[in-house]
Amino acid sequence: MRALLLKRGLQLIAVAWGVGTLTFLLMRALPGDMAYRIAAGRYGMDATDTTSADIVRAELGLDQSAIAAYGQWFIDLLSLNLGRSLVSGSLVIDELWHMLGHSVSLAIAGSILSLFIAVPIGLASAWKGGWLDRLVLSVSTAMRALPVFVIGLLMIILFALEWQLLPVAGYDTAFHLILPALTLGLSMAAVSARVVHVEAKRVFGSTFYEFARTKGLTHVQAFRRHGVRNIAVPVVAFFGIQLITMIEGVVMIESLFSWPGIGHGLVHAIFSRDIPVIQGAALMMGILFVVMNTLVDIACYYLDPRGGQLQ
Amino acid sequence: MNRLKLSLSQKIGFSLLLVLVLYSAGATFLQAGDSASQNLSHILSAPDGQFWLGTDHYGRNMWLRLAEALQLSLMMAVLCVLTASITGVTLGVLAATRGHTLDRLLDFVVTLILALPGLVLVLIFAAIAPGSFLVLYIAIALIQWIEYFRVTRAIVQRLAVSPAVQSSKLMGFDNWYLFKRHYWPVIAPQLFPLAAFGAANAVLMMASLGFVSVGIQPPTAELGQMIVELFPYYSEAPWLLAQPLIVLAMFVLACHLCGKGAEQ
Repeated sequence: MRALLLKRGLQLIAVAWGVGTLTFLLMRALPGDMAYRIAAGRYGMDATDTTSADIVRAELGLDQSAIAAYGQWFIDLLSLNLGRSLVSGSLVIDELWHMLGHSVSLAIAGSILSLFIAVPIGLASAWKGGWLDRLVLSVSTAMRALPVFVIGLLMIILFALEWQLLPVAGYDTAFHLILPALTLGLSMAAVSARVVHVEAKRVFGSTFYEFARTKGLTHVQAFRRHGVRNIAVPVVAFFGIQLITMIEGVVMIESLFSWPGIGHGLVHAIFSRDIPVIQGAALMMGILFVVMNTLVDIACYYLDPRGGQLQ
Repeated sequence: MNRLKLSLSQKIGFSLLLVLVLYSAGATFLQAGDSASQNLSHILSAPDGQFWLGTDHYGRNMWLRLAEALQLSLMMAVLCVLTASITGVTLGVLAATRGHTLDRLLDFVVTLILALPGLVLVLIFAAIAPGSFLVLYIAIALIQWIEYFRVTRAIVQRLAVSPAVQSSKLMGFDNWYLFKRHYWPVIAPQLFPLAAFGAANAVLMMASLGFVSVGIQPPTAELGQMIVELFPYYSEAPWLLAQPLIVLAMFVLACHLCGKGAEQ
């Protein structure tokens, strides 16, 4: 457990260093004199001249060497001074907090939906087998071949444009959450339904389950006492693997549905080359990713008291 | 690995792949023309004798543009798979055989890269050099070598202490022989599914970036970017939007079928 937390701690530092370095390179790679750009951002295009650029240069120490600037960049980063957006001018950290809530609500809604889709379908196909199993397998294979943004696009075409049941995109009412969350849930369930299926089949066919039935437990009792936990451990562990799918899905879905979360913010910042926001959003995604990975590790540890799933 | 015994899903997968490769390579031979030339008096047309797949919103020949986009995707897939597998296998063997320090160092690098979700890393790279195929390729390969590395390292670590390898070493065979005779035959069959899924992921990654307009820039044809360009015209010309969607889904499905068949 300690080794694991140490590794995750190392990853947090790695996220900060990696994102910081890449965005620093990005800043340096931009054409033009940085002092003029910042001066233009501060005082407006008309008030920018050599004098104001020189003032900015002296104040921020922009004439220092690359290595000194790199050091300064990290001191700012570690003191959580993420700067201001080059586009909106507001503090990056405030924007991030604002976006974080939307991303988390989308991620949670999507994950819960994926559970509600994957668990019943996976259990049913394992229990019944035959045509249901083949049907679920074909649907899941087809869904996996579709990138998440294509699933989202099809959802928009069907539910929003053709049948006009739900809003196309944007953020206003609770109805706006349905399509993005459903897209995320479906794309995750396409894989996890099969995992539930395989694990349920393994448990239903095992000797301990057979014994539970032989000693007189009903289907429901046997499933509750001997099935649920045994199926849950690998499924939760798989959720950890799916975190990447989920975060990448959130980025794509937010951009597609104009959902004002971090992924949407990141893509827009890249589009408009808003470096402080790129840095902040990427940093936030990395931190979220590491934290959620840790939570999954801990959940697996407590679900399986033998600690077998935890390396 | 018995090459003659392909599972049914692999047969379907390889046939789909063959169709796509033949189309992307042979499209210009079957219908000559320029994929970039516009004809604004002939936009959003349905497939006919002159334009086999119709024309897009600028009147460009979809048959040629789709082939061009597919070429780009296939090239990305091949480059990424080759680079990632060669790097991953080489470093994996080295990490397992060349002592503790190198192993720890590579493990650290892997932890570093895995700390960020792949797409986010690729997005940042895309921000550094917008629209650059080369940078996208470097970013995707940088993520993908890790899987090959992990598989190779685990296999070689197990094999290196086996009696067979030990006796080969005692008989004085060099490292190249050990790799060729002992390691490679065990590693090779494991690589195929990784390569198949890796190819699908590389293409998806590029299409995803194209879809959010930070990948390959117009006028170069790219699948994800074509999807987003043609979406506004879906009610007038649904067949146009369907084309890049179908090609993309076909490629990913083909890769998954090939890879999954090999796993079983």
